[in-house]
Amino acid sequence: CRFWDLALREHAHVNKKGLYDEALSSFFQNAVLVDMEEGVVNEILQGPLREVFDSTQLLTDVSGSGNNWAVGHMTYGSAYREQIVDKLRKAAEHCDCLQCFFLIHSMGGGTGSGLGTSVLSLLEEEFPDVCRIVTSIYPSAEDDVITSPYNSVLAMRELTEHADCVLPVENQSLVDIVNKIKVMSHSAKPGSVIKRDSTVISGQGGISGSEKPFDAMNNIVANLLLNITSSARFEGSLNMDLNEIAMNLVPFPRLHYLVSSLTPLYTLADVSVPTRRLDQMFSDAFSKDHQLIRADPKHSLYLACALMVRGNVQVSDLRRNIERLRPSLPFVSWNQEGWKTGLCSVPPVGHSHSLLALANNTCVKPTFMELRERFTKLYRKKAHLHHYLHVEGMEQSFFSEAINSLNSLIEEYHQLDATKARLIPDAPRLSIAT
Amino acid sequence: MSVVTVQLGQCGNQVAHELFDVVCSDTQKKPSRAASCERFFHHSTHGELVARAVLIDMEPKVINQSVSRAAKCGRWRYGEDSHFSQKQGSGNNWANGYCVHGPRHRDVMEELVRREVERCDRLAGLLAMMSVAGGTGSGVGAYVTQCLRDVYPTTFILNHLTWPYRTGEVIVQNYNSVLTLAHLYQLSDAILVHENDTVHGICSQLLNIKHISFSDINKVIAHQLGSVLQPALTADSHGVYSRNPLGELVSALACHPEYKLLSMCTIPQMPSSSIAYSTFSWPGLLKHLQMLICSIDWQVRPPAGSGRSTSLTGSSFNTSLANLLILRGKDVYSAETGGFEDPALYTSWLSSKEAFSLWKSPVSFNKYEKSATLVSNSQALLSPLDDMVGKAWNMFASRAYIHQYMKYGISEEDFLDSFTSLEQVISSYRQLC
Repeated sequence: CRFWDLALREHAHVNKKGLYDEALSSFFQNAVLVDMEEGVVNEILQGPLREVFDSTQLLTDVSGSGNNWAVGHMTYGSAYREQIVDKLRKAAEHCDCLQCFFLIHSMGGGTGSGLGTSVLSLLEEEFPDVCRIVTSIYPSAEDDVITSPYNSVLAMRELTEHADCVLPVENQSLVDIVNKIKVMSHSAKPGSVIKRDSTVISGQGGISGSEKPFDAMNNIVANLLLNITSSARFEGSLNMDLNEIAMNLVPFPRLHYLVSSLTPLYTLADVSVPTRRLDQMFSDAFSKDHQLIRADPKHSLYLACALMVRGNVQVSDLRRNIERLRPSLPFVSWNQEGWKTGLCSVPPVGHSHSLLALANNTCVKPTFMELRERFTKLYRKKAHLHHYLHVEGMEQSFFSEAINSLNSLIEEYHQLDATKARLIPDAPRLSIAT
Repeated sequence: MSVVTVQLGQCGNQVAHELFDVVCSDTQKKPSRAASCERFFHHSTHGELVARAVLIDMEPKVINQSVSRAAKCGRWRYGEDSHFSQKQGSGNNWANGYCVHGPRHRDVMEELVRREVERCDRLAGLLAMMSVAGGTGSGVGAYVTQCLRDVYPTTFILNHLTWPYRTGEVIVQNYNSVLTLAHLYQLSDAILVHENDTVHGICSQLLNIKHISFSDINKVIAHQLGSVLQPALTADSHGVYSRNPLGELVSALACHPEYKLLSMCTIPQMPSSSIAYSTFSWPGLLKHLQMLICSIDWQVRPPAGSGRSTSLTGSSFNTSLANLLILRGKDVYSAETGGFEDPALYTSWLSSKEAFSLWKSPVSFNKYEKSATLVSNSQALLSPLDDMVGKAWNMFASRAYIHQYMKYGISEEDFLDSFTSLEQVISSYRQLC
């Protein structure tokens, strides 16, 4: 919801007459909102965004999924399957050309996690040629949903098998970033006043008036999605669309978990933009404070990295920074120059330039290992297991298969990490008889 | 003597646009205007100049921008129905371009080219412009070149390729480049290459541009290409502008099927503000070019990667197979070009008289009172080619990204075939002495 709000703001800013341009309108007709309880969706419908969505795009039920992956995946998954396929087909028909599916959900609950992954396999079945990019909100360790480790691990198996690309986001990182910005806004240092409207968490200028609790954090994720899709919506000298992201950042089918980071988080109020500020933006993209999961990519191994630059940045600035930062970033031996770059001319509202970095990096391994630990703590004692096993269609094997999938994923990342220190010689070339 | 240009992908479309801009504004008030316009444009019913071009891309934004920009400039424009685009792009995947988009839209694309060709009184040849790093230019471009070869078997087909920055614009750029080059080598009559790294060097060191954009890069490429393709008097043209420019270029430079890679260098290149204060002399310009031609790193390149070239050939001397020198401007008939016929520059199995060709035009090019362009079939591209193949091979050895290509119908065999072809090309160039 924050995404649509901010996207409208972005386009309104560019298109001063408020006219829908072609790229914009094709974007908005094609959302399907699903929730198994009505509260959130109703709020959206009563809010100012009600014009953007029509009732054919919505699917709700009444009682929710009780934070139970099995209820979401099995019960609702099969009950609503036909309706969901129907709505998807309608939305797809609106499109001249369907480029990719964006799935946005959380992993810790029941609906997002369970029904969400059910929809994912459905997408693979009905639209096998269309790319599936998933933004998953991973629960933090202090999550208030006790069964969130179960839900997350069960969902992860589905993501590993059926998604083309996953962008994990951790609530804790979002909280940290929000706090960092709040500290900056409240500090009284002269020269460090933040420009109003320019923080990555600000929703001002959007259509919904007041800001609600999770708004700040959700704004960050919305900005992530805006930046990924910016090249598809606006012009630039080096376009980078969603298919290209999936192609360049996924060297092996299962290793498709990408760490994202957004910079700058805010723009200081002074107008001049010295080159140093630009370079700082690039450096920040690789610092652990800007990542949307709690990880430090600089100390793990990069398999691939994409940089999506928006605004008044030229190819020479991009090249200069890549050359500058490259020596400090460990890349896997067969992808030493593993950079994918994109330049979009239109910056986000309130900034003169911005950078989104997406990295396929082994630093996701600790996150997955932590998740595995939390899962094991519960599973060992069989805590709450009966809630799941009572659901029709659910069996204990789901749990064991899910944890096995997670184990082998962690192992694959581990193998790659092991190559980090080793010097791998170049593969001997084909020799031609002369 | 008309050239039909096929613009493929974002890079191909952007560079070709600059090319039409350059040739149009170059001949505004010059005696060669008629010949130049005939070569690149036809006249609409309202007397406007319409480019002889077919624009192809798998997503619409670049073409739309290009067409509207040309229409706004008022000097020339693209034909209304000369473009073809889709919505979803090729995802930087050569296999997607070659196996899916190409065949799917073959008829439409061939029809567009046929229409342009039929508008020409006399077709000098086809020029396909594309990059090798992405998915459309490379994949669809290779497929389209194949179609053109099938439909026009006796027409000269030249491919202009933009090679990406070595330090990565696209992660799978080396795979896409290898597949493209291997396929084109069998189909194309000659392959003109510009490397982003080299052109970037020209922008920063010669043109003193501080913040280099792709627009600057594209303008330099267009300037160099324009200086080759504008009308000139050749040895065979008997006192008039050559009616067979592409054919003469091919026979001058690409006489052997194993050697088709052409690089080029144009001097002078300087910021516009300095031109008024500079004087040029033919001896000065030609001496400069002669010095450039000998060294293996004869292009103005940024420092990275030059260390390897010495070990590749055993020496740092750049041996040429053939060279074409094009002189444009004042007093061109007084230019003394004997130095380019020095046998030491060339491989031993061609006499230097056969290896060297000279074109002239008394009409100046662009803003330069005198300019000289050297198009060369030599070892200059050996190092970047070897680098490209080496990196692709390393990636292939770990099978990274291969599943993405196999999804669309390319097999490991196809990769191996492409690698083998290019190793053969590398070996041939390495042995030139």
